[in-house]
Amino acid sequence: MQPFAYVRADRVEEAIAAAGDDARFLAGGTNLVDLMKSEVERPRRVVDISRLPLDGIVETDAGGVRIGALVPNADCANHPLVRRRYPLLSQALLSGASPQLRNMATTGGNLLQRTRCYYFMDTSFPACNKRAPGSGCAAREGRNRIHAILGASEQCIATHPSDMAVALAALEAVVEVRGPRGTRRIPIDDFHRLPGTTPQRDTNLEPGELVTAVELPPDRFAAASHYLKVRDRASYAFALVSVAAALDVRDDTIRDARIALGGVAHKPWRSREAEAALRGARPGAQAFRAAGDAAVAGAHPYRDNAFKVELGRRAVARALEVASA
Amino acid sequence: MDARPAPAGRNPGNEACWSRRIPPRLSRTALEASPRDPPSFARRRFLIHTGAITTGLAADPAFQAAAAAAVPREGPLAGEPVPVRLRINGRAHELILDPRVTLLDALREELHFTGTKKGCDHGQCGACTVLVDGRRINACLALAVAHDGHEVTTIEGLASRGELHPVQAAFVARDAFQCGYCTPGQVMSCVALLEEARRGDASAATADVRAGGPAELSEAEIRERMSGNLCRCGAYVNIVAAVRDVADRRT
Repeated sequence: MQPFAYVRADRVEEAIAAAGDDARFLAGGTNLVDLMKSEVERPRRVVDISRLPLDGIVETDAGGVRIGALVPNADCANHPLVRRRYPLLSQALLSGASPQLRNMATTGGNLLQRTRCYYFMDTSFPACNKRAPGSGCAAREGRNRIHAILGASEQCIATHPSDMAVALAALEAVVEVRGPRGTRRIPIDDFHRLPGTTPQRDTNLEPGELVTAVELPPDRFAAASHYLKVRDRASYAFALVSVAAALDVRDDTIRDARIALGGVAHKPWRSREAEAALRGARPGAQAFRAAGDAAVAGAHPYRDNAFKVELGRRAVARALEVASA
Repeated sequence: MDARPAPAGRNPGNEACWSRRIPPRLSRTALEASPRDPPSFARRRFLIHTGAITTGLAADPAFQAAAAAAVPREGPLAGEPVPVRLRINGRAHELILDPRVTLLDALREELHFTGTKKGCDHGQCGACTVLVDGRRINACLALAVAHDGHEVTTIEGLASRGELHPVQAAFVARDAFQCGYCTPGQVMSCVALLEEARRGDASAATADVRAGGPAELSEAEIRERMSGNLCRCGAYVNIVAAVRDVADRRT
């Protein structure tokens, strides 16, 4: 690990003032400290934000819920408001990592975690456009079983590893950030980026901006939602494919639907095509299969991950089946 | 250099000045009851005295040079040591640490609480599991400096007055280990698990997260809730049995 200066911020303004190109915010540390050990991350200054007062979960005036950026994943998953109104978010959080890591990892940190692409994680591979812009992408011609099938680019085929963010995409969360130029509210769909020609940028955060909260709109989907995660072992593994599915069914008709996929793209992949296929249909195997087909219609697999296309199709249908049961 | 705390720390009456409240069971003089048996401790002390242990303040020339070369805009220099106060198993400890030192390395290398093990050092195995303010975490991914003022419970802090903690006793009774390297982490995880289940925390094995109330610790629930602790010997069957024994006794 490279030496760094340690600064502890007691107020949000202090944290923002201490930020900079060579600085990183430290919250739970589960991803950052790991990447610092392998020197993928080499900050000159670490700004410890773990004691900022951003650790509450409260109901908003609009009838939604506001989750502080420093709420640990375990606490968010188990908060009565989240469990009752947004079971999809609880399920997604509980499917991620381990109990120990969920006690450490925070809402903001979970959003900002980096890809687990082998070539990004291991600095002995010279080519990684995300780690070293312009160096190439070793994954395109290398081992790419865990990589993207949707929205990838010539420069990068990495996936976003978060489960939480997939549920947030389906729930249309808004990310509140504060920076040197004030506060912004970014819809979750605009928060993470596709790799394009700048895969070094995972998100649309500007330098010095700090995630302060995540807000959820009033939920219409608590009665029929499901987070399905498919992985190589029963627990404590990243998703090969995951699906956050939510349905609003009245009079045996799907009035509205939300479908987001994880493990398939550089960002949580909201599938408006799958949602359109469901809207107006009768809930059932036929509609659910059509949604699965629509979700992967534009998929582009690589050498080792063609299985994700069929897996994604079936996972969407299965998640919808469980959600509507 | 003795592994035991300085004399000032031995006065239990002095302990509460800066720490938050600690459970009464853990506030007793931890070392009296420490399962730190003489043979392993003697070996450890030998290693320490022969200088085989590096410390967070080691005068590594590369580190010194890097620290000197750092030109931050303001505030501390890169690598500048930071004072850290930790309360471990009911005892106050004060350290001066390079901010890179993890909680795991502070426990093992600085304070010689070697019961907490380093397995993968990347948050993937759970061997380093300790409780911080009552919550289980991976000490390998925690910077010690970020836990300044926190209450840490390690495996050495579980036994009380020569009596094993019920979870330790259940692991022995069920032979829930082979090589034993993951065992301290497994035990700490299980201690936390019981409290999480008691207060009704859900898991990925919970059928309906919308329902509240204490969690029923079925085998599937135990396996899911212990999934952050890997055992390369594959002692899982007996680990699950040990957890079940303690859980059943509590309900």
